Amino acid sequence: MTTALTAGLGLKPQHFDAALACPADGLWFEVHPENYMVAGGPRVAWLEAIRARHAISLHGVALSLAADAEPDPAHLARLAELARRIEPALISEHLAWSTWRGAYHPDLLPFPRTDEALARVADNVLRTQDALQRRIAIENPSHYLHIDGHTWDEIDFLTELARRTGCGLLLDVNNVYVSARNLGYSADAYLDAFPGDSVMEIHLAGHTPDPNLGAALLVDSHDAPVAPEVWALYARLIARIGARPTLIERDDNLPDFATLFAERQRAEAVLRLPLARAA
Amino acid sequence: MTANIMSDLVPGALARFQDAFAHALLAPAGKPVTAVPPEVAALAAQPAFAVYRNTVMKGCIDALQANYPAVARLVGEEWFRAAAAIHVREALPADPTLLRYGAAFADFLAGFEPATELPYLPGVARLDRYWTEAHAAPDEKVLDPVAVAGVAPEALAATVLHPHPAARWAWFADAPIYTIWSRNRSGGVLDDNLDWRPEGALLTRPRDAVEWIAIDAAGCAFLDACAAGCTLATAAGAALEVQGNADLARLMSALLATGAFSGMSFNNNQQIEEGHP
Repeated sequence: MTTALTAGLGLKPQHFDAALACPADGLWFEVHPENYMVAGGPRVAWLEAIRARHAISLHGVALSLAADAEPDPAHLARLAELARRIEPALISEHLAWSTWRGAYHPDLLPFPRTDEALARVADNVLRTQDALQRRIAIENPSHYLHIDGHTWDEIDFLTELARRTGCGLLLDVNNVYVSARNLGYSADAYLDAFPGDSVMEIHLAGHTPDPNLGAALLVDSHDAPVAPEVWALYARLIARIGARPTLIERDDNLPDFATLFAERQRAEAVLRLPLARAA
Repeated sequence: MTANIMSDLVPGALARFQDAFAHALLAPAGKPVTAVPPEVAALAAQPAFAVYRNTVMKGCIDALQANYPAVARLVGEEWFRAAAAIHVREALPADPTLLRYGAAFADFLAGFEPATELPYLPGVARLDRYWTEAHAAPDEKVLDPVAVAGVAPEALAATVLHPHPAARWAWFADAPIYTIWSRNRSGGVLDDNLDWRPEGALLTRPRDAVEWIAIDAAGCAFLDACAAGCTLATAAGAALEVQGNADLARLMSALLATGAFSGMSFNNNQQIEEGHP
């Protein structure tokens, strides 16, 4: 990378031309690699065109690292092939599972954080890093359920995972806010305890109240602007740990590129604050 | 950190949790989930469990709707999503590249009782699937018609044309599937007096975009023979067998112009057999 990554945007086909032309310094784009695991055709050509001008982050949703199984070798090979072609600045995945016994469930599913799960996730992260020959970042998921079987709290689990595998962490501030509200803990306390040195990337996104349960259940819907509370948590986090590549993650109810870019500029302004540079 | 020694002492606890959770995700909504361990039944009973259930179903149904736009346009969104939900419960994606999801959807529609009055639906689904396959097929150059024109006339019979990796074709003997599909794919409307006749379709991707043309039974037989590695002599014979009056010169030039082939080779054995009996 010639310029350090500052604030980035999720890349959507509707915004291809605007994304390609956008000259902002440090701007980068994130995609789900699963959407580009094709033999040929316009999709990969399109991503390569963007890559020729901007840094790319591959943010996987399907390695299913927390499943009690090894990542699908074919899927991992396709990810490695895409990474070879795109030379992404970052590669990340989730602390969750989605593929199980050959069936893909398009979601990021929860599990009890136990010693058994930690050993399995660590092994899967190591396999992934071996296949990719690089360090990846693991993201904290959004939580909706009260699960009785946890023997590790999430931050300890992620810290130990990073220690065992050398992986980095992707801290999704909106996921922290949503989970804290849903499960009844302090988002501020969570972020204050999060191991800042391991954070390779930050996500910011919008959420919505559940259509049935209202504000009692927030859904990490990625279909709205970043909420004011999440902006406040983000500014406090950056002041503590310093600047990190930060993504505005929007997947649904897409506004035009200029609207998303304005949110990106807001994150970029936080990253330029003196506290962010000094930390 | 709370101690829950039990879950850590039981080997395979994570796998059992995932078996039960996956089962509960697809269990009928609004009823207690049965046949799972009590701790997962308790999770499924929390109102928030619906978030996972809905996200998984929505992700799969959205993918089918994106991959089968002509079918969705024909039957309307509500009908499509209800049918898709049934298919999802029978066949979750096997591959996280959701562009590839729905390989069995045309067959599902063919056996779907509420669709019996729409017998053209599986054919339309098949062409939607061909579009996706053509869109994601490997990149390869299209065979230049000039190269074929340069083949010596005596060598032509033993020439083998290789279909382009993005080329897909089908003959529909029972319905004007090409017309129904292409109108719905491009947002057009069907004439009230649609001519109910057999039709064939050829989809190609000569450059970035998928393109399509109507082809006749002779064209489909010709392409089938080419795909099987037959010489032009054999392929022409196959075309004439299904359609005695086929205009082979026009057929060849139409196929070449639309990018149906990526290369050619010469079958020397056959040439020797045919040239020196």
